[in-house]
Amino acid sequence: MIPASLVTFLGAFFATPAGILVLTVLKALAILAPLLTAVAYLTYAERKVLAAIQLRRGPNVVGPFGLLQPFADAIKMLLKETIIPAGANRVLFLLAPMLTFALAMLAWAVVPVADGWAIADINVGVLYLFAISSLGVYGIVIAGWASNSKYAFLGALRSAAQMVSYEVSMGFVLVSVLLCAGSLNLTEIVRAQQHVWFCFPLFPMFVVFFISTLAETNRAPFDIPEGESEIVAGFFVEYSSMAFGLFFLGEYANMILMSTMTSIMFLGGWYGPFGLLPQLGPFWLIVKICALLFVFIWVRGTFPRYRYDQLMRLGWKVFLPASLLWLVLTAGTLLAFGWLPRA
Amino acid sequence: MAPLLADYFPVLVFIGIAALIAVSMVGSALILARQNPYPEKLSAYECGFEPFEDARRRFDVRFYLVAILFIIFDLEVAFLFPWAVSLSDTGLFGFLSMLGFLGVLTVGFIYEWCKGALEWE
Repeated sequence: MIPASLVTFLGAFFATPAGILVLTVLKALAILAPLLTAVAYLTYAERKVLAAIQLRRGPNVVGPFGLLQPFADAIKMLLKETIIPAGANRVLFLLAPMLTFALAMLAWAVVPVADGWAIADINVGVLYLFAISSLGVYGIVIAGWASNSKYAFLGALRSAAQMVSYEVSMGFVLVSVLLCAGSLNLTEIVRAQQHVWFCFPLFPMFVVFFISTLAETNRAPFDIPEGESEIVAGFFVEYSSMAFGLFFLGEYANMILMSTMTSIMFLGGWYGPFGLLPQLGPFWLIVKICALLFVFIWVRGTFPRYRYDQLMRLGWKVFLPASLLWLVLTAGTLLAFGWLPRA
Repeated sequence: MAPLLADYFPVLVFIGIAALIAVSMVGSALILARQNPYPEKLSAYECGFEPFEDARRRFDVRFYLVAILFIIFDLEVAFLFPWAVSLSDTGLFGFLSMLGFLGVLTVGFIYEWCKGALEWE
């Protein structure tokens, strides 16, 4: 048993400014440590799932079932030489991967893991997530520019244009979710889905959003920016060692973030299907995230890469008009039947 | 004002922790690994050729076009956010005003589509 005096001492301590800081740091670590572990094991899961799709065995040497493979990779990357090309801008060159990685971590400050379990329960959570995921393009552009390499430059241009194009339709999709939820707060958005998940009434938007998240994270079949067969690795061709590692981790952390966003916006966050087992809260969210991540990998194992003109056509000529139309339809329907949520 | 700032304090903490992790990871790789640079290793990768010229040169104007279009539509989205949340208060008037605004933008969108600004080949 914890002595009562200790409890009162801790209670008093956590009310002081220093105590609040310590508590917030602990909370942040409670989110970030599992997140980094999840990122490490997502790389492992991707290799295993892809291997299974291609009838191979995947990593199986380091540790039981190859479970220690992510750590072996991390140590290997840590012990490699950091090459900074002669023509590069040294500061920007090293800043770009750090920015990509830090932004992927940053967004997690507002994610509600269960009812009331958001570290920063800010009233404009959606806007914050949208802004942070938009900033991701900076890391890529800076990397491509600072490398002073033609492949990196081309890759960065393509990537920036692609991310920017799909962000527009993602924005419209988010607005139609906001119409149904009537709040910018992520916790409120999940609460609005207690009875009906938004993926059912907004099904076309759900599909558009999921495909846009694939494009936003530069995942197959939209991995043209790093298209190995055309521009070797795109914007991070000149990177090595942990600077490369941070891009890699950032990409996977962004995948998890996008899956979480999809779960919160469309799949009812911490609510189980049909209101099943509400006490499992965070578990339901994790199950949804894992299912979406599996689809990410499944798509990569199944579809060939898009051509660049096809990609831009899909973004601007299909998704943009479709999401705009559906947005107006949603607003009109909600207004006509008086279903708009009262703020 | 204080409660609002308190809401955003964790974000500041997250910035600090994320920056710390990122810097320490790159820094430890710089310290731990043996650095052995020489001119061939440091030249830009160009499939084994000597790099021809500086990489920062002219590029396709379409990328600019996409960026400009993006700014227009992203501002539109930013404008729609508060509208979507307050539509229950503004009602039919708010809906019709936004419809007019979207209509003007759609005309612009159709124009640029017909002009071929969205074509890539």
